[in-house]
Amino acid sequence: MAQRSKITRLEAAQLPSRSFWRDALAFIRRDRLTVFAISVLLVFTLICVLMPVIFENVLNLDVNSTSIPNRFKQPGESGFILGTDQLGRDQFLRLIYGGRVSLTIAYLASFITVFIGISLGLLAGYYGRGVDDLISWGVNTLSAIPPLFLLLIASAVWEPSTEVLVVVLAALGWVGTSRLVRGEVLSLKERDYVLAARALGASDLRILVSHILPNVFSIVMVTMTIIAGNLITIESGLSYLGVGIQPPTPTWGNMLTDSRSYFVSGVHLVFTPGILIMITVICFYLVGDGLRDALDPRRYQQ
Amino acid sequence: MIKYFQRRLLQAIPTFFGVTILSFMIILSAPGDPVAMITWGPNINTEANEAMRRQLGLDQPPLVQYVYWLVGNDWALIDIDGDGVGETPGDRYGILRGDFGKSIKNKRPVMQQLMQRIPATLRLGVAAITIGFLMGVVLGVLAAVFHGAWIDQVIRLISVVGNAVPQFWLGLLLIIIFGVQLDLLPISGMQNITRRGGFDLADALRHMILPVFVLSLNWIAFLSRFTRTQILEVLQQDYVRTAYAKGLNEKVIWVRHALRNGLLPVATFFGPAIGTVLAGAVIIEQVFAWPGMGKLIIDAVFARDYPVVMGSVVIASLMFIVGVLLSDIMYVILDPRIRLE
Repeated sequence: MAQRSKITRLEAAQLPSRSFWRDALAFIRRDRLTVFAISVLLVFTLICVLMPVIFENVLNLDVNSTSIPNRFKQPGESGFILGTDQLGRDQFLRLIYGGRVSLTIAYLASFITVFIGISLGLLAGYYGRGVDDLISWGVNTLSAIPPLFLLLIASAVWEPSTEVLVVVLAALGWVGTSRLVRGEVLSLKERDYVLAARALGASDLRILVSHILPNVFSIVMVTMTIIAGNLITIESGLSYLGVGIQPPTPTWGNMLTDSRSYFVSGVHLVFTPGILIMITVICFYLVGDGLRDALDPRRYQQ
Repeated sequence: MIKYFQRRLLQAIPTFFGVTILSFMIILSAPGDPVAMITWGPNINTEANEAMRRQLGLDQPPLVQYVYWLVGNDWALIDIDGDGVGETPGDRYGILRGDFGKSIKNKRPVMQQLMQRIPATLRLGVAAITIGFLMGVVLGVLAAVFHGAWIDQVIRLISVVGNAVPQFWLGLLLIIIFGVQLDLLPISGMQNITRRGGFDLADALRHMILPVFVLSLNWIAFLSRFTRTQILEVLQQDYVRTAYAKGLNEKVIWVRHALRNGLLPVATFFGPAIGTVLAGAVIIEQVFAWPGMGKLIIDAVFARDYPVVMGSVVIASLMFIVGVLLSDIMYVILDPRIRLE
């Protein structure tokens, strides 16, 4: 065993060196579960983005067109692949449109969340003192309120559209990322290469952006995927409480919520959105897990 | 130790004020008007509306409203008839003096309403945290003992699914299966209201099974993974190798070294658990019609009953802050490796 690894190391030394990101990419490619999860997410996203365009322009279908005679069709009945809901709307169509909204929220809000989290985390960690105190006060305050409470109130009073909900979710959700980044920056800013950069006269901005930021990027990417997964569940939870995105705009969350009144006549309506939510969230988590392994520089030590 | 406790307590003060400011600001930015919600109708009397607004202090600048909310307005004269001269003394004592004001909707003190609801939420929350931690740790230890075997895979599956499933959806499914199809368990409320006589423990427990299970699932899922990783990591430590090397038997190594060191960090999650369980309770109480704080706050949000909303947020945060404080202190006591400055 020891002999074998020595040979590979020797060989490896003669190969051209791989950058950190290229190496991580190569690692993920070998990680079948992660590749699978990424593909599922990609397929879902592509379907949700492209299909509505085809439906509207080629097939002339309207997602909100109701038809009372077609209420509560079972899956497969009279040409409805996944049946119809209480207003006779095609469940399959609505799932795709709902997915478009839910996934948009997940991607956009997680991106903004992470953006705010990184910025504030960098500032707090790098400048310390007053800046840190102020930001940490915000972090402590936001994390002292049970997570859903503020979201519930904020979205109840503002009755959000998709865009507003994205902003609200991000504005209340950056705390974890910022705390994480701040902790990393505290140790990173003491490193020699930061000192070297400063000695060469680099500005604070340059040190932050080109020396510290790349080093927190990997952990932040992991959090971002986890946050995206959480956001899908949160969106559905808010919809359930009646303060999410309002019908007729479908989201997986409010479709699920509508379905609870139709246990008897349309049980299929309860299952499909929930299963899609579950698959999507699991995939986000799996990608997060995969990224964590791929981006962990210590993985070769074991 | 005492010093650490004091410092943590001091740190909690700005946090508490932050919570009050934040919840006040969100409410302040709300477009709806509580008075309009009450007097909504065809025979609106604008003058009466204005008087009511003045009585509630809604005509005051935000800062004044905030101060009244915080320290009360019994020292100020309120100008109800709108002639510019205050004549009636205020009747609020403010949250710093233990008074959360009165509900706009039903005129009852907020504190009284909260106190009625908190025990129900606590019953749910305490049970969920207990079950969540016990089950999580037990499953995690099982997964670590049998790591790589099918038990490990099953537990991994439980934890992946348990984390990803939306709570209310799981609640609905359980209601469909156990409540409607099998007719085994009650699906709403805290007890059977048609039953005569005093408190019936068996009945109360039967009502708790579904909501507590749903509420604890997240923590079962998370802690089983966490515990497994922790124990497997401890097993690779040098002191475990030493223990093996000196010929200790497997059981002793597991109990004294692996479990003891591996399970310790679980204690750090008691604090966060309180927060998520309180938040989860908002949804679960709605699903299972559980008359707790969560339901109170949702009803209040929709009625624009701001004193109740802000009171609930502050109380929930206080419970959370105290919980985190206690769990941190407990961890310090449990783990002698942590040295406090």
